[in-house]
Amino acid sequence: MKEAFKTSLSVGLGLGPLGVAFGVLVVQAGLPWWWATIFTTVVYAGSFEFVLVGLVTVMAPLATIATTALLVNVRHLFYALSFPLHRVGSRGGKVYSTFALTDEAYALTTGRQAQQWPGRRIIGLQLFLHLYWVTGGTVGALLGSLIPDRIAGLDFALTALFVVLAVEAVRDVTTPLIALLAALTALLAFPQQMLLVAFALFTVAMLTRRAVARA
Amino acid sequence: MPDTRYLITAVVVSAAVTWGLRAVPFAVLARLRTSAVVTYLAAVMPAGVMVILAAYCLRDLPHADRARVLATLLGVAVTAALHLWRRNALLSIVGGTTTYIIMVI
Repeated sequence: MKEAFKTSLSVGLGLGPLGVAFGVLVVQAGLPWWWATIFTTVVYAGSFEFVLVGLVTVMAPLATIATTALLVNVRHLFYALSFPLHRVGSRGGKVYSTFALTDEAYALTTGRQAQQWPGRRIIGLQLFLHLYWVTGGTVGALLGSLIPDRIAGLDFALTALFVVLAVEAVRDVTTPLIALLAALTALLAFPQQMLLVAFALFTVAMLTRRAVARA
Repeated sequence: MPDTRYLITAVVVSAAVTWGLRAVPFAVLARLRTSAVVTYLAAVMPAGVMVILAAYCLRDLPHADRARVLATLLGVAVTAALHLWRRNALLSIVGGTTTYIIMVI
């Protein structure tokens, strides 16, 4: 447990403040502070939770929420390939370990330094990371409710987050351009269903590009 | 404001999808590992999804006044530039948002 705590600190320094930012956003969106605790505890999916706040404040249909969760988190499908779940002993441990398999947990437990870690250390690390996120979110929401008025323009933080994540993810020039085109087409043609249509257009475009490249 | 029942359903749906994506692959590992299409999609989806989500946040921009359009463009530019420079997510988000807030006040 002591070792798990030590390992968790490096990532915790980033996770805590980001959690605080998330909590502030929840309250600024007009939700009571304890929703920040529920979101961070139950959903526990970092960037998608920011998206979720944006979606629920406009009362997005549940189908849109499910599809967005699927697309934003589809990367997790691949974590199973290298995450050392076989070292986690109990059944309950395995259930929690898959539930708390975030980007940060994956990054820390699949590195070279983690090859000999026993299951308890992996679970311990995941618990600490989860705790930082929930604590950060709750503290942020409580701080946010102390601010009497809404801060004009704070909602831009969500846009900024996606810009940051896009910069991180972009590997070539055409993929983001195709995505932008899909988003604009969806906005013009189906403004009410923009997200769903844009995701569908983009996926079809990418599959087509792959098929053409292989032909 | 969204009601409690809607919020609970939204949280449960989100948690179920997220957990499903994390847990199910352990059961179907072998098949997944060999699927070239899935591998390809996983590589290209993140960048596209993030660009689309950013565009979704800015969907009201065509109807905004000139000051807000300018603030938004500058905010996005500052965020991206800071991130390319320092690669520190918190710094980029705070920097970009502060720029935007100062411009719209």
